[in-house]
Amino acid sequence: MEGPGNAAPKPSSSVKLVLLGEAAVGKSSLVLRFVNNDFQENKEPTIGAAFLTQKCNLPTRTIKFEIWDTAGQERFASLAPMYYRNAQAALVVYDLTKPTSLVKAKHWVAELQRQASPGIVIALVGNKLDLTNDGGADAGADAGAAGDDEGAEGEGSGDARKIPTEEAQAYAEEEGLLFFETSAKTGHNVTDVFTAIANAIPETSLKSTRGPGGAAAAVGRGADEQRVNLSGQRDNAAKEGCAC
Amino acid sequence: MSNSVVSPHEGDQDWVPPLPPRPAAIKNPSIESKLATTAVTPLDVQTLSFPDGSRGTFSASDGAQDATGLVPASLASGAATPRRDIVDAEDSMSVMTLAPTMRPAGDIASLLTGDLNRKSPAWNMLRSQSATVLPFEALQRTSASDTLLGFSEEFDSIPAESDSEIEDEDRAMLWKSKLKHYMILSSAGKPIWSRHGDVSLINSYMGVIQTIISFYQDARTPLSGFTAGNTRFVVSTEGPLYFVAISRLGESDSQLRGQLDALYMQILSTLTLPTLRNIFANRPSSDLRKPLQGTERLLSSLADSFTKGSPSALLGALECLKLRKSQRHAINNAFLKQRTANLLYGMIVAGGKLVSVIRPRRHSLHPSDLQLIFNMLFESGGVNSAGGENWIPLCLPAFNNSGYLYMYVSFFDGVSGAQATDPAAAKGESTSDEIAIVLISPDKESFFELKQMRDAVASALAKNGCLALIRAAARAGRPAVADIAPGSQISHFLYKSRANVQFSMSTLDPVFEAPVARRRLMTLYHQLHASVHAKHSPIRVLHAASEEATSLAWVTPVFEFFCVAGPNVSRGAVTQGTNKILQWAKREEERIFIIGGGVF
Repeated sequence: MEGPGNAAPKPSSSVKLVLLGEAAVGKSSLVLRFVNNDFQENKEPTIGAAFLTQKCNLPTRTIKFEIWDTAGQERFASLAPMYYRNAQAALVVYDLTKPTSLVKAKHWVAELQRQASPGIVIALVGNKLDLTNDGGADAGADAGAAGDDEGAEGEGSGDARKIPTEEAQAYAEEEGLLFFETSAKTGHNVTDVFTAIANAIPETSLKSTRGPGGAAAAVGRGADEQRVNLSGQRDNAAKEGCAC
Repeated sequence: MSNSVVSPHEGDQDWVPPLPPRPAAIKNPSIESKLATTAVTPLDVQTLSFPDGSRGTFSASDGAQDATGLVPASLASGAATPRRDIVDAEDSMSVMTLAPTMRPAGDIASLLTGDLNRKSPAWNMLRSQSATVLPFEALQRTSASDTLLGFSEEFDSIPAESDSEIEDEDRAMLWKSKLKHYMILSSAGKPIWSRHGDVSLINSYMGVIQTIISFYQDARTPLSGFTAGNTRFVVSTEGPLYFVAISRLGESDSQLRGQLDALYMQILSTLTLPTLRNIFANRPSSDLRKPLQGTERLLSSLADSFTKGSPSALLGALECLKLRKSQRHAINNAFLKQRTANLLYGMIVAGGKLVSVIRPRRHSLHPSDLQLIFNMLFESGGVNSAGGENWIPLCLPAFNNSGYLYMYVSFFDGVSGAQATDPAAAKGESTSDEIAIVLISPDKESFFELKQMRDAVASALAKNGCLALIRAAARAGRPAVADIAPGSQISHFLYKSRANVQFSMSTLDPVFEAPVARRRLMTLYHQLHASVHAKHSPIRVLHAASEEATSLAWVTPVFEFFCVAGPNVSRGAVTQGTNKILQWAKREEERIFIIGGGVF
């Protein structure tokens, strides 16, 4: 995504992005791949949420992603509204080898469509492509030694895929979501997801930021009702009206 | 087992122990622990002034100890306690006030006069040649029946059931070979967590344990522990939960109970007490594994820190990074200056050592809460693995067990710590010198407020050079005994300041760096600690000698001091070294401890 730098500075804008999905589907691994181009086997579960930033250079502008990587465990679900409130983009992740994770993903999509900003760009991402036969040359070798809790399922057969591409694709089209199958382990399709999201964010919802923290603070302080207007509303803080 | 017993009553009886027939213990192969329960000179500092009071009382204890010598000493916790009630006397008197010159030498066994005058010249010559034997050195060479033989595999995981290459029987053997087990189950018998083995493996053991516990439930005193062979079982009940520790490492019951308590605190920290109660009030057969999902690693790393031996957990105290008073002051001030409205506690932590803390005047931080935080940040690997900043809801049970606080965590070398990053240092930095800033707020919406505070603190610390100081101090590590007390023969010490609830220790490097050596050291400290903290007749000064090590424990209202030296180091030499270290601790008090911290 990193194009050669243009002479004139491109307009830069911040985009708040949230990752949601069942525990152990690879949300943090996707972020780690996108932000640090790194992968960790047997990654420990995220506790609470992690906040990271990464720039994405588009031909006409630079998008600075402010990423909320949330924990997937059930007990953190009540905190999710805090993270998706005012988010301009969401990555809903499921595990290609685990059918329940798609069910959970559908729940998140429904919740986002109901509660989040109306213009939110949602991408449905099926992760762990490396455990399937589509995962490239090294997929077969990796399947047995899968680092995750679900790794056992993949053993024996070379293909641990449980969710056909068509099924998820059809659902994504129906709901108007971006759709990708990725592997955080091999890096397959990961930056593509973020680039596609950056491209899909409507120009109108972008607010140019130069000073750090400005938009971020406004977003975080949470003016529930004012979903598109990102100007700082500090006094409006701590509305407890949301589902948390 | 009566190697190197120093008789305190040579005036009354003819039995003057010559110098240790040290190899005597080897005749009895059943003695597993090399920390002899004999070889003890229980000595109240105060009674030294009144020698008559202590006469004759030790023969009984010597006899008893000989008898208990057949039991593995690791299980006879508290056996070093003298069988008498020590006059609960004022012991604020320092060793210096009882300098040897004040009393005739060799009258009674004395920590202060040393026991050199009872050694034969031949022994002294021998000793001078072997004075450099390090603690546990002999053991490392000859140890067929060593309990710690399998310690290096202690933390290896047991293959899952799906692993078809290994038979069930072998998995059970592997499971049984672990020296330490922790289990948590609900009072209905549902497994919640076990350090080793998955559910299919441990389910039946959980059932057995639940049966045993509930058998005693209606008894007047519920089951608190039992011994099987050389294994100690300790049970602790917290509301709907049973906690079980199974140990072959020789901790005392109260020490194991403290460890179980920490595991309980970790569960509360995840769920809060009202939530935990609710779960079981509605359905006693609830499966707690679901709500605790993702925290197994926190429990395991906590348990492993106990198994490795945690001075912090043993002493119930914190370790601070050694800094000059003025430097710490500068850090505190920079920190306080950036404080935001919603901050409850702020901390800077370097590799598990506290650098600076700011807090409201009316609240202090409890060591057990900090233990949970440090475990999460530095041991479990869950927080910093992806870089970035973290926003973690957690309950600090000792502060308030009914609600959540929100913890902002950022590591100074993390990706977003651009201002503070020294790229060269960031590479290859281990967790031992990672610097984290921890900001805790009761307001769950205050992430960006605290993030701004963090950025301000980071740039302030970078500007005034404090960050480099912290980094250098963290990298310098713990002090070596040789630097603190030059010429002393002490190999390692722990010093706890009771008023500050903090401790300082010398470096584990190089003698105790290896896990097994470290565990031996910690086992010895646990035994010393158990002796001086025995419930009914605690002793204040304990000098213990075995064929593996000499050690000293000394407890006053001001401090607790424990040290270990090689087996051939005389008491006199240990005492000398001790005094030097204590003088150092007094002198450096404001550097090695945080006194007060930044209060707002």
